[in-house]
Amino acid sequence: MAEVSLAQVRKIYPGGFEAVKTVDLAIEDGSLCVLVGPSGCGKSTLLRMIAGLETVTEGTVTIGGLPVNDREPAERDIAMVFQSYALYPHMSVYDNMAYGLRNRRTAKPEIERRVREAAGLLDIEAMLARKPRQLSGGQRQRVAMGRAIVREPKVFLFDEPLSNLDAKLRVQMRIELKRLQRKLGTTSIYVTHDQLEAMTLADQLVVMNAGRIEQIGTAMEVYEKPATTFVASFIGSPPMNLIPAASDENGQYFGETGSRILRLRSSAERIVVGVRPEDIHLGEAHPGEATEPDSVAFTVEVSGVEPIGAESLVHGHTGQGHDLTIRVPGYAEFGAGRKLMAHASPKTLHFFDAGNGRRID
Amino acid sequence: MVERRPYLTVLTHLTLILGAGLIALPVWIAFAASTHEASDFLSGLMPLLPGDKLVENYWKVLAHGESSAGAPPIGLMLFNSTVMALSIAVGKIAISLLSAFAIVYFRFPLKMAAFWIIFLTLMLPVEVRILPTYEVVAGLGLLNTYAGLSIPLIASATATFLFRQVFLTIPDELTEAARIDGAGPMKFFRDILIPLSRTNIAALFVILFIYGWNQYLWPLLVTTDASHYTAVMGIQRMVAVPDSEPLWHLIMATAILAMLPPVVVILLMQRLFVQGLIEQEK
Ligand SMILES: Nc1ncnc2c1ncn2[C@@H]1O[C@H](COP(=O)(O)OP(=O)(O)O)[C@@H](O)[C@H]1O
Ligand SMILES: [Mg+2]
Repeated sequence: MAEVSLAQVRKIYPGGFEAVKTVDLAIEDGSLCVLVGPSGCGKSTLLRMIAGLETVTEGTVTIGGLPVNDREPAERDIAMVFQSYALYPHMSVYDNMAYGLRNRRTAKPEIERRVREAAGLLDIEAMLARKPRQLSGGQRQRVAMGRAIVREPKVFLFDEPLSNLDAKLRVQMRIELKRLQRKLGTTSIYVTHDQLEAMTLADQLVVMNAGRIEQIGTAMEVYEKPATTFVASFIGSPPMNLIPAASDENGQYFGETGSRILRLRSSAERIVVGVRPEDIHLGEAHPGEATEPDSVAFTVEVSGVEPIGAESLVHGHTGQGHDLTIRVPGYAEFGAGRKLMAHASPKTLHFFDAGNGRRID
Repeated sequence: MVERRPYLTVLTHLTLILGAGLIALPVWIAFAASTHEASDFLSGLMPLLPGDKLVENYWKVLAHGESSAGAPPIGLMLFNSTVMALSIAVGKIAISLLSAFAIVYFRFPLKMAAFWIIFLTLMLPVEVRILPTYEVVAGLGLLNTYAGLSIPLIASATATFLFRQVFLTIPDELTEAARIDGAGPMKFFRDILIPLSRTNIAALFVILFIYGWNQYLWPLLVTTDASHYTAVMGIQRMVAVPDSEPLWHLIMATAILAMLPPVVVILLMQRLFVQGLIEQEK
């Protein structure tokens, strides 16, 4: 068990590309930290620096209080699960799991005990004699996890371990992985580009973009108070609606929705107003109809409806032509071109500085 | 191309039978000739049907050799050929595996230079550098030794390239998993790379064994003593006897015997190929 911390860590690849730009991160002992961000944002690079598979250009990686920059991966007491599983094709499941222990000269009975125990935990006891090619994708995934578990490391590192599975299995393995991590209590760092996977797994969610950390917090903190427009548009599905707004001569802000919104204590000239699809409520458009006294109302012209089962996504645009997505319960039957009245409570609005994308509270 | 037309099937089979016959014919002639007695060749024609001297001829070749041509018993020549072919095959594979390993997995100064130097040897086969190589081998006192027969033929750019390509197809994540599992470089080489290249090693072994077995010019140069004659050059010596007709029945028996070891190697390795093809999954 160990906490992991990154202090002023940077990575510049030999070609001169800066994949990770000065990152600070502290991960508590026993917690599950998820790094999430779009493809190419440097998540894997960061994880691989913790694993020791990439050198650290600047800064310090600490595991369990010890700086590990100069240690080989095998000396860092970590175990990693790869996206491709990286099982040794010519070895049986048992040997795949035992290989790392044998290299550490663990006693045979101890290896046997640990492999059987991990196999039991993962429900792959019946497959110990098989070769990886005789297993399904889900089973291979379990073996890859088993190989990490038998090592009893200080830290588990996962690089998109579920992305090669089909959707149903992915959800199942996600739940199982969380359960296992709780049970073993091992500090874990998990990389994914899937925000839903990230939200459901994370004790600590780290949102990354273009080599930087945009926000660190619990899943709900990040969801409820996105620190930047990037986080707002990345976390949540469908993403938050972001509508540019500007002040008028009285210092009041007007969203480009054709509607007035509250004054903000901010010096920003131009701002962006964010509202989640589920925070917008729809009604029939009756000009002049009184709405909730302090709610923001605007008209929306429907361009299409996507029914997704228990709810529907209504796509439309405001009077000023800004695209919006609204989530409504049940099956919404709005024809294209239909004009609706939308309103949102001011409490549900998020404000960002249009210049640097930062949240304004 | 899956076409179900009967006349096409007949045609393809005819072509195949014709091709197989064309290749098998010389072997058959050699075999038929090896079962006759010397007098049957005086007409200058090769008999097409087997004679009745099979046991006698083969016994003679195996036990005594054709002493008049200065060739040792075939057993010794086959042994020499086997030693040479095995040394070449094993030596080439070992050296190529190691050099490909170095080129793919290590960063060292002048790596590219080393790579190109290996590449250059591709343009310098033994036949081209035969005189300087002979000088070196003679200078080292390796004439009439197994080392002299095989070492100059061992360096191989082709095999190095082949293994380089094989290693390049092994996913990086596998290498990284092994690193995390605490496998040092040589351990990784032994436990992961070699088993994963198994089928390629087998294929190359067959090719190199036959290459070594069929060497003619080089053994002819470096062996002056009958104790180190190889089968292929021995046969040539038997044909080129001065002042008498070549003893075709014995020559052909020797040729048939000399063909057997490569055949055995192919048959043994073929099983490994097929097994490898079924098992392999990359
Ligand atoms: N070995 C490398 N050399 C140069 N650039 C690299 C290397 N590996 C990754 N990169 C670049 O670094 C960036 C981050 O990569 P990565 O960490 O793999 O992203 P991801 O968040 O998708 O896992 C990408 O733009 C990628 O092209
Ligand atoms: Mg990645």
